[in-house]
Amino acid sequence: MQQVTRRALLAGAATLLASGPGVRAAIIRGGRPWQPYAGGPPEPAGSGPWHWFTPEEGAAVEALVDRLIPPEPDTPGGRDAGCAVFIDRQLAGPYGSAAALYMRPPFRDGTKAQGNQSPLTPAARYRAALAALDAHCRAAFAGQPFARLPEAAQDRIIHGLEDSSLQLDGASGRGFFELLIKDTQHGFFADPVYGGNRDMCAWKMIGFPGARYDYRDWIDRHNQPFPLPPVAIGGGRPGWTPHA
Amino acid sequence: MPNRLPSRDVAIIGLGWTGSILAEQLTAEGLDVVAIERGPWRDTPTDFNVNTMPDELRYRIQHELFLRPAQQSLTFRNTLGQEALPVRTWGAFMLPNGVGGGGTHWNAEMWRFLPSDFVLRTHLTQRYGAAFLPADMTIQDWGITYDELEPFYDRFEYLCGTSGTAGNVAGRILPGGNPFEGARSRPYPLPAMKQGYGHALFADAARNLGYHPFPQPSGNLSAPYTNPLGVQMGPCSYCGFCEWFGCANYSKASPQTTILPTLALRKNFEARTLCEVTRINLDRTGRRATGVTYVDTSGQEWEQPADLVLLCGFQLFNVQLLLLSGIGTPYDPVANTGVIGRNFTHQTTSAAIGFFDKAKYNFNPFMSAGAIGMCIDEFNGDNFDHGPLGFVGGGYMGQVQTNGRPIETTPVPPGTPLWGHGWKQAIRDNYLSTIFSGAGVHGSFYSYRDIYIDLDPTWKDRFGRPLPRITIDLKPNELRMSAYLTDKYAEIIRAMGARQVVSQPRKGPYSMSAYQTSHLCGGAIMGTDPRTSALNKYLQSWDVPNLFVMGATAFPQNAGYNPTTTIGALTYWAAHAIRSTYLKDPGPLVRA
Ligand SMILES: Cc1cc2nc3c(=O)[nH]c(=O)nc-3n(C[C@H](O)[C@H](O)[C@H](O)COP(=O)(O)OP(=O)(O)OC[C@H]3O[C@@H](n4cnc5c(N)ncnc54)[C@H](O)[C@@H]3O)c2cc1C
Ligand code: SF4
Repeated sequence: MQQVTRRALLAGAATLLASGPGVRAAIIRGGRPWQPYAGGPPEPAGSGPWHWFTPEEGAAVEALVDRLIPPEPDTPGGRDAGCAVFIDRQLAGPYGSAAALYMRPPFRDGTKAQGNQSPLTPAARYRAALAALDAHCRAAFAGQPFARLPEAAQDRIIHGLEDSSLQLDGASGRGFFELLIKDTQHGFFADPVYGGNRDMCAWKMIGFPGARYDYRDWIDRHNQPFPLPPVAIGGGRPGWTPHA
Repeated sequence: MPNRLPSRDVAIIGLGWTGSILAEQLTAEGLDVVAIERGPWRDTPTDFNVNTMPDELRYRIQHELFLRPAQQSLTFRNTLGQEALPVRTWGAFMLPNGVGGGGTHWNAEMWRFLPSDFVLRTHLTQRYGAAFLPADMTIQDWGITYDELEPFYDRFEYLCGTSGTAGNVAGRILPGGNPFEGARSRPYPLPAMKQGYGHALFADAARNLGYHPFPQPSGNLSAPYTNPLGVQMGPCSYCGFCEWFGCANYSKASPQTTILPTLALRKNFEARTLCEVTRINLDRTGRRATGVTYVDTSGQEWEQPADLVLLCGFQLFNVQLLLLSGIGTPYDPVANTGVIGRNFTHQTTSAAIGFFDKAKYNFNPFMSAGAIGMCIDEFNGDNFDHGPLGFVGGGYMGQVQTNGRPIETTPVPPGTPLWGHGWKQAIRDNYLSTIFSGAGVHGSFYSYRDIYIDLDPTWKDRFGRPLPRITIDLKPNELRMSAYLTDKYAEIIRAMGARQVVSQPRKGPYSMSAYQTSHLCGGAIMGTDPRTSALNKYLQSWDVPNLFVMGATAFPQNAGYNPTTTIGALTYWAAHAIRSTYLKDPGPLVRA
């Protein structure tokens, strides 16, 4: 039988158990607890300076996301969609610090089926990879960082990360590519409240009506396009989302 | 030292689906019941706000309503010879945390198992001979029959307001329903849901191929409903933010929408939230549970004595607590002895994506629901002749696409670049005109001698206790089954008119990164022999008779269906045995 030590108990932080208010153990009797908005609204990304990136990192990520999702005449690219702002805010929060993940040692390499075993947090992976990326670019392109390179050169570098022909010093190029593309697409398609998908540009591009909640009058109108524009939880209608 | 609390009649570990059902049943019997739940209280008006619930990033990607691995995790390996490593982020399945448990954020696909599923070994041996089964396959009969369970299936379906079209009422096969299902005593409480374009097109194609399509039985309600406890539910609005989310409409059957509004008012019920049970306590004989020990958020340890302990913590945590509390003999796959951890199974799902001509097809994938869809059951269980095929098992298949949430559901044809203009164009071209249900083929997972749960020798949880360790792989039988069924499925998607079909049969090894439903089963299974089962047919522990263990933990193997309707039925079945027999004379309900 296993005993639980007092010290181990105290190490278990209450904030792990739930987010929002009411993270204390509670006794519930005689009715349902009524705490309005116990779930809590999401925290808006807001405008203003970078929360986590240095100015150089921010410039590099803006350039990267604008190549991953390039601007087109009728839809913005990753930069104007706010993908870099999204990633910055995410890295500054629990995602960046891997707060929810099992991060206890020992860390050992396993099989692909066993999943990610890295001791590094996403924030640490960005910091290391962006420094290595700019160092590589400055060495190869007469002192220029990634953000200053012509688009064709930027594309070649991203292709190099993708097919592992370009190795970053002290960071996995392919690993960083996968992380970046995932976070960029999350920012592009997530609700605008998180900083990306500005003015619901990604949703308009594909025809997703966003945070609507009732399709009862349309579910059996088969093969007919849905006529209403998208709505978002963070700001509602087109034009309501604040610009950075 | 833990603080010792006054004794209660009943202590329930976990207030999810099974815990809520038992709390309702036993408070109705007049017993004093305390439920101890490690997550927070969650309810429709306070937590599932219609303004903030449709948030894919928060609820689907960042797992807001689920257990965090930092809180409690497990380790995983494919085979006995490997070192298991900790699961650092969720992938293959999702684990519950908080009042409502998995019932909060499930799809509510509400299937019954087939009559032959409950007598699986006997049935397959009689039809194909014992030599037809792989030597290391450890499937068993359940010790209960479909007919015994039928009234309790009915009970759970009427609790939930299940919406569907009956295929077999009292032996009469009815048009439009599942002709293969076991006989039900009466039709579903509500008619089937409406179907979207893609769902309806699948049914047409299946019918043209000679199959018998029917609407998936659903706990997303097709109409307003008042259940037998007097709790009212509203109709589903096809919002498409269903599974992984809570329902803001009171339309998805869950403990919150079917039981808790009544239960919470009862004077003999108490819930303690954000309190994690760390162990079930035994007396000196080891044959009687004296109660449970739990820890609150300040780190204080409490001892809650109780006459009856009900373990309702979800499959994996049920097995973990049994092992950590020293109840029953741990399973040893080499010696083939012991029972706790034995016959662990999951599900074998697969898909086929259909890309259609966007000028002709608009599926509006975003208007959908967790348990919508049209299915066929021709290839489930033993509904088809396995003789020439060389495998056993099967599954239902259907167009059961639940959503068009764009982070998750923007598939593009193979060969599309991962980024740049090509990616952007492909997303635009395919979003509205693609059919994709991740678990369109919902296959069985039978049990094997070396697939099991024990405790990890290396990694610990935040209390310093060993993590549970799972050893699991996909065996040739399951892979052959998946290949055969996925072929049949792709044929139907093609017949719908797709210009390109991408078939994705399940491939080995079992991977922690590929989501495959959250239907973990087994580990403390029910049966007739204490040497090969942990529980008797009433889900009562053979070793500790004042302990009952609920949930899919009891399944000797998993069928080609979602488990929860069977879990709910078994819970009502056990409640009935406790109320009608056990309480009058507490002790073993079956003599070993
Ligand atoms: C995304 C998703 C979709 C699903 N869709 C379907 C579906 O469509 N159809 C279907 O049939 N099934 C579905 N399921 C499965 C379904 O949710 C479960 O089968 C069902 O909830 C199991 O009921 P249970 O009572 O055993 O566990 P749960 O309902 O999960 O409840 C267990 C509770 O115990 C608590 N607990 C665990 N350990 C402790 C402890 N030590 N101390 C205190 N509390 C503890 C947990 O926090 C949890 O609240 C789905 C699951 C998920 C995650
Ligand atoms: S799809 Fe229906 S049942 Fe599911 S969350 Fe939306 S409204 Fe509720």
